[in-house]
Amino acid sequence: MIEIELELCTACGKCVKVCPVDAIEIKEEKAVLTGDCISCGVCVSACPEDAIEPVIKTAEVEDLAQYEGVWVFAEQENGKLKPTGPQLLGKGRELADKLGEELCAVLIGNDIKELSGELGAHGAEKVYVVDDNIFENYSTEAYTTAVTSLISEYKPNILLYGATHLGRDLAPSVAGRMGLGLTADCTDLSIEEVEGRKVLLQTRPAFGGNVMADIVCPNSRPQMATVRPHVMSPMEPDKDSEFEVIEESVRVREEAISTEVIEVMKPEDKGEIPIEEADVVVCGGRGVGTRKEDFELLRELADLLDGTVGCSRPIVEEDIMPKSRQVGQSGKTISPKLYIVCGVSGAIQHKVGIKDSDYIIAVNKNPDAAIFDVADFGIVGDLNQVLPLMIEKLGKVKEN
Amino acid sequence: MRFVVLVKQVPDTTEVEVDEETGTIIREGVPSALNAFDEFALNLAVEMKEKSEEDIEIVALSMGPPQAEEALNKCLAIGADRAILLTDKSFAGADTWATAVTLSRALKKIGKADLIFAGQEASDGNTAQVGPEVAAHRGLPQLTYVSDIEDLDLREGYILCKKETDEGHVRIKSEIPTVLACMPDPGFEPKIPNVREIMKAKKKPKEQWDLEDLGGEEEDYGLEGSESVVIETYSPPPKGEGIKIEEEPEKSVDELVKFLDEEGLL
Repeated sequence: MIEIELELCTACGKCVKVCPVDAIEIKEEKAVLTGDCISCGVCVSACPEDAIEPVIKTAEVEDLAQYEGVWVFAEQENGKLKPTGPQLLGKGRELADKLGEELCAVLIGNDIKELSGELGAHGAEKVYVVDDNIFENYSTEAYTTAVTSLISEYKPNILLYGATHLGRDLAPSVAGRMGLGLTADCTDLSIEEVEGRKVLLQTRPAFGGNVMADIVCPNSRPQMATVRPHVMSPMEPDKDSEFEVIEESVRVREEAISTEVIEVMKPEDKGEIPIEEADVVVCGGRGVGTRKEDFELLRELADLLDGTVGCSRPIVEEDIMPKSRQVGQSGKTISPKLYIVCGVSGAIQHKVGIKDSDYIIAVNKNPDAAIFDVADFGIVGDLNQVLPLMIEKLGKVKEN
Repeated sequence: MRFVVLVKQVPDTTEVEVDEETGTIIREGVPSALNAFDEFALNLAVEMKEKSEEDIEIVALSMGPPQAEEALNKCLAIGADRAILLTDKSFAGADTWATAVTLSRALKKIGKADLIFAGQEASDGNTAQVGPEVAAHRGLPQLTYVSDIEDLDLREGYILCKKETDEGHVRIKSEIPTVLACMPDPGFEPKIPNVREIMKAKKKPKEQWDLEDLGGEEEDYGLEGSESVVIETYSPPPKGEGIKIEEEPEKSVDELVKFLDEEGLL
């Protein structure tokens, strides 16, 4: 909701223009809210007089029963679905079955309708599609407006987002505008009965993984969480499964968007799996070397295991790998199935970023390196000897 | 003109433990620090002020217990002109929603800000939600994962930032006022205040605001005003002792291959 301070309003009409649901009119030389506000907030930033204030209310307890369905925000980029959507649908299926509610996906973008097939195959019973050229590039304002208007109209019980950069930008923007609870970067979700009501129990690490917390959002709907990529598993896709596509038009005006992407930079990463999405990550630190060519063996090992390469902070500082490859607290927190870490001493900031990997294999010449504390299997030895042997021996196993 | 920087005092380590009996985090004897990403955000704000010809006031704003004043003292030494601590018993136990409510009410009381800076996330909660939620409450746009400011024109009303994405980064232009959630590139060295700056900081204005200053009811704030509720905190299940071998490389690698094979990883 919004509140218009009439004393400040000059009836310039900018709010009327940007409102995606035509909820504002000019009456007697003042802007007046006449329709149903979806709390998207675009008029607030559009008003040159600061006359519009967001009034943020939280959902009333009595209303909760109206909210039904488990929703998954299916992120896409350039018409390609990110793996988080299918992953969340995998978990979402389990939650929806427990609740006896339907599983739906939300797909927002430009010319992306055909991606709904993939979401249907991964378990979505309904796919809500918002397709318009204003959604070509991600902008917080346009996407927030799309999500808040879908929530206002269809009232889902649960809404999950991948904890990607985009998900962690969008979800709190929606939560803030609609007065919803939101739990960040969850590593597990389940349905539990709390005070006689089935609620979403959200499990997340804090303090860099040294503390776990179970969290619920008892009084607001939808219950929202961002979920760490790669922790949930997608279902086997079923191309024949039936699903319904619901096309929803959400009008966002150009004027309502205050940001503009000037340039997109994806240094050296073309076509490579992002480290947070890979099953296998081979990571190198200062012990590997300080030249680009020193890292070629890591790449070879990663290729052999269908994985990708990452690095520790000093390697980014030395400009050997781009920041998008950096593992650790000031880079990315990752949870691959297999993490092979070479020549990294294991500073706390690094360990924090890899704690939830299924298996950690460490190679370091220093037997006292802290990285061995978290390793499932550690080899004390010289990388220049150990790595070529690993490539040779694992290559042989792969061949058979 | 005015910049407001949102800062948090955090434990100076992530190596904390949970009290098995009470299920709360043991904070006793754990030293505190200014959250590193917030320090970066403040450094950016100070740099922008120094580059600008405008008269800019930098306000450091924090919510926390009375001892969080230490973090604000550091902000004043780094270059903030004024510090405000929001502290009241009823503010305690806030989730990101209630924190955003509290900070937003304070921001409204402070008055017009051209830019609001925040750290991308805090090292204790790791939520990355307070910046965007404050933007929502104030009806402002937001830029998250900001690692640099390339250009700022306060008169024309725009900012050009470098923003990290999952794949790399973008250069993005935004109208101002806006909220910036900042995260440094590796290699960032925070400004270390000299003795003169520390002495000068002691004369800068500091305020404490409580419930009465911010208005509203007790139930708007803290634990009671929160939308999400922590039902339990616990230590993660301990990881089993790993294997470590120090043998000839041939043998070590053979053992590794055997291990990977047994665990079904090949």
